[in-house]
Amino acid sequence: MSYTQRLDGRAIEELRPMEAQAGVIPNAAGSAYFKIGKTTCYAAVYGPRELFPRFLQDPKKGVLRCHYSMMPFSGSGERIRPGNNRRAQEISLVMTKALEPVIDLTAFPNAVVDVFVDLPQTDAGTRCAAISAAAIALADAGIPMRDMVSSVAVGQVDGTVVADLMYDEEAYEGVVSDIPVAMTHNTKEVTLLQMDGEISKDHLLKALELAAKVTEKVYELQKKALKTKFTGA
Amino acid sequence: MIVNRTTISELAQQQKRLDGRQLTEYRQPIAISTGISWTAEGSSKVQIGDTVVMAGVKMAIEKPYNDTPDEGGIMVNAELLPLSSPEYEPGPPGKKAIELARVIDRGIREAKALDMKSG
Repeated sequence: MSYTQRLDGRAIEELRPMEAQAGVIPNAAGSAYFKIGKTTCYAAVYGPRELFPRFLQDPKKGVLRCHYSMMPFSGSGERIRPGNNRRAQEISLVMTKALEPVIDLTAFPNAVVDVFVDLPQTDAGTRCAAISAAAIALADAGIPMRDMVSSVAVGQVDGTVVADLMYDEEAYEGVVSDIPVAMTHNTKEVTLLQMDGEISKDHLLKALELAAKVTEKVYELQKKALKTKFTGA
Repeated sequence: MIVNRTTISELAQQQKRLDGRQLTEYRQPIAISTGISWTAEGSSKVQIGDTVVMAGVKMAIEKPYNDTPDEGGIMVNAELLPLSSPEYEPGPPGKKAIELARVIDRGIREAKALDMKSG
């Protein structure tokens, strides 16, 4: 048996329907809403502001901090207990690492830029949605950026390379792999690459080629969201 | 303009407020939507002015308390997300969030709005 027809009827390289909006939280310096399928995500940027405790400050460059958090009712299983769990800490770290390469940290020495991401509902692909939303929010806040970061997961379900796995596909019985990827638009650098599951070398190369193609779709939407906010078009 | 107690009381004398609203006028917009989270058994988003609250209900089977073996329970949790204001910091719920959760809990519990014995 192989995976020829996707569970939700999508084409194998098709992403779930996406929505993006910039500037949704008036209190924040920059903010964004990003939705992909049944995963929704809010991101807010605060700063640059002074970093405390002071020993964390760097007089040569600023600090970027990402904070990922799922709302207590956003998981399909039990309620998520408040506070930092290991998964949230890991995702916060990889988000920071995925976004840092495009940010000009020298523009705000001694300061910190905080990015907060919260998800009201989730259906896989949350770290990718979080990165895509955070990138829009950072651009909206006017943080100097060299490039845009767009993120989407690719993978392989029972021998078929697919884009943007949903939860039912991650849980598919058979050989599955889930590969969240984040890429920059201009330089085509990979800033996030993780993998869970099993995949052959050929499929992995094919999946990464697909990632380069589909992150562009996310980029187009991010660009549109920012243009809509700043030009009203 | 310097805003202090006098400013506000002087304005109140003239039936005015700082942002130009009437004394009994709500901030706008007031918007309510339900079903904002498919992962919750019930959910809603309520907005008054620039204040937005999202709520979700999660249900689970638990052992009842010994003194009320035929009743279910309710637990209210509130979080003031650092995403929503520079005033709130990440970390475990602070005093303000705990107070908010407790006030809401008592409001719902004491109103006896929920039938704890049903089902």
